[in-house]
Amino acid sequence: MTSLSSPTTSAQANVSSLRRTLRAWIPKRWYAHIILSISCLVLGIPLFYSIIVATQNNSDVYSYQFTFGESLRDNWKMAFEMRGLHEYMLNSVIMTVAITVGKTVFSLLAGLAFVYFRFPGKWLVFGFVLITLMMPTEVFIIALFRYINRIGWANTYLALIVPFMASATGAFLFRQHFASIPAELSEAAQLDGANPLQFLLRVLIPISWNTIGALAVVQSIYAWNMYTWPNMIISDPSLDVVQVGLSALRTGDASTQYGPLMLGAVIASLPPVIIFILLQKQFMSGFTLTRDK
Amino acid sequence: MIISPLLLVLAGALVGAVVIGFVFSSAAHRGLLGAVLGAGAGALGSLICMLPLDYCMFEAERKSIDVIFGVALVGLGVLLALAPVAWLSGKLLRRESLVSATSQPTQGTFRHWWIALPLLAPTLTILVLFLYYPSVETLRLSTMLSRLGARREAFVCVDNYTRLFEGSAYFDVVARTVYMSFFIVVLSMAIGLLIATMAYLPVKGASIYRTLLVWPYAISPAVAGIIFLLMFNPTGGIVNYFLKNWFGVRPGWLNDPSLAPWTIIISSVWKSIGFNILFYIAALQNVPVDLIEAGAIDGAGLLRRFWHIVWPLLSPTTFFLLITNLTYAFFDTFATIDYLTPGGGPLQSTTTMMYQVIRLGVDNNDLGKAAAQSVVLFLMVIGITVLSFRTGGRQVTYGA
Repeated sequence: MTSLSSPTTSAQANVSSLRRTLRAWIPKRWYAHIILSISCLVLGIPLFYSIIVATQNNSDVYSYQFTFGESLRDNWKMAFEMRGLHEYMLNSVIMTVAITVGKTVFSLLAGLAFVYFRFPGKWLVFGFVLITLMMPTEVFIIALFRYINRIGWANTYLALIVPFMASATGAFLFRQHFASIPAELSEAAQLDGANPLQFLLRVLIPISWNTIGALAVVQSIYAWNMYTWPNMIISDPSLDVVQVGLSALRTGDASTQYGPLMLGAVIASLPPVIIFILLQKQFMSGFTLTRDK
Repeated sequence: MIISPLLLVLAGALVGAVVIGFVFSSAAHRGLLGAVLGAGAGALGSLICMLPLDYCMFEAERKSIDVIFGVALVGLGVLLALAPVAWLSGKLLRRESLVSATSQPTQGTFRHWWIALPLLAPTLTILVLFLYYPSVETLRLSTMLSRLGARREAFVCVDNYTRLFEGSAYFDVVARTVYMSFFIVVLSMAIGLLIATMAYLPVKGASIYRTLLVWPYAISPAVAGIIFLLMFNPTGGIVNYFLKNWFGVRPGWLNDPSLAPWTIIISSVWKSIGFNILFYIAALQNVPVDLIEAGAIDGAGLLRRFWHIVWPLLSPTTFFLLITNLTYAFFDTFATIDYLTPGGGPLQSTTTMMYQVIRLGVDNNDLGKAAAQSVVLFLMVIGITVLSFRTGGRQVTYGA
């Protein structure tokens, strides 16, 4: 329908031009902008202040200096050279990479078995894996602690890595993903004489990078941030992961040295935060894929 | 008070006969067969807990609380035995298929089914060794006096459990855990949803806002504790600096037993809110716009539209987030507590059930007591999961 242009008085024209000017300056949905800006600010202040304190010494902190200080070099020396932050970081990297790779590989294999094979008791086995979703490790951590100590794995990387290499989430994720792939693909591969492992390596993995990435992001952030178990099972400081090792920065000579502690906290947070921000989409799909049964 | 174990087996059989007999007679008019089957199942069920414990709760010198606990255990065993029997026989009698979800592709499977075994072996081995075995071991340890490094263990029957009922100490720990978890979950999800209703709108710079809102999720619970230690500490903390300048008060956040839990709640909400925002944004984007517009045409106000149209459509996400946030509040807050209020806070005011388990098991080296409290924690986890699956499952039927 075409509307007829109605004659406008000059006053109306003025009002509408004022409106147009305002609309150009005030963004659409200004209330959303205000609430979102305030939320971002409130969430950001604790981290922002931590970064400032990371450059300060204790007397700056106690006198409430809200500007960058001049002690970054000293704090860095304290954290890395005297307290060995780099060793803790290295331990965390080793643990995180090993858990993530192990979980991904083993979950891929389990997914392959659940989708591309028919074997007796398959549903029982699947239920056996799935029910562990209701069994958080923390609930049985005391028995696990005793068991790991008895087999002599206390204070080894094995204790940090091996118990976490299986994942019901991962097996379920890949089962769902593989089940959505047309069966013609595996039939064609079999006609070409491919064995299951070749099929996995040459066909499935190349078309599954999104799902693999999703699992890897979720699991690597989880592994990097683990605290309770490494804190229990590792008593040798040279094997501590960074989440636990930060407490070594806390115990200064007399009182808490906030500068080095905050520097350590910020540096320890960089890897997961960067991974999370860059791979947000994969992270989301890692969770939603397992949720939508 | 002496109760004969035989009497309890008979009671179990009786309960089983009545329940299963009722199921059978209502489904297929074969009550007698059901009663016989149920009696057997009930009798076996009553033995589930009694046999491994060697009837110790009913020995003559036991206190009455042990006997009561023993009877409760027998009841639990009967329930555990009858539930699957009732479910299975109900399905069989109504001639329903047992395996309903056979949506598996049958084409394209490889020959030689045994190849699946080595593929599944790593996952199954690790789950059995490091999850299933510890779970059984937790049950066994919970009836023991056991110390790390000690050669011998002593069987203490159900003492590790019944001692929890002596005095109010353990009830306080449970109450504190529920209190802190409640506020962490409710505040984090409510504020998260509120922010998400703004952040999902297609405003300019939406993706920048989203990134700036969700990054705290990647911060570890331990670092969250450290960051809020800086914010809340009595000397040099900026929270009190501003409170003193503006309101003239200096609350003792970390020393006051009524405030210390709130430092944990605030830092946990700060850390977990990004996760809730992320998932509520995704859920809101899936709400069909024409539904909301239809509501607007019908004259429903903003709040009514939200409550009657949007909120029901969000329920699957809400239940998923409820479970995830509760797990966080129960277990992951351990690191935050350990950094912010080491040792569990003034007057144990931030000692959650998980914190108590680690303190008993690792610091006090009393594995038996710690295991018994772990079992209580496990029962709570199971209860919450089952409850939310039942209610959640009913709500999800809104389609979409």
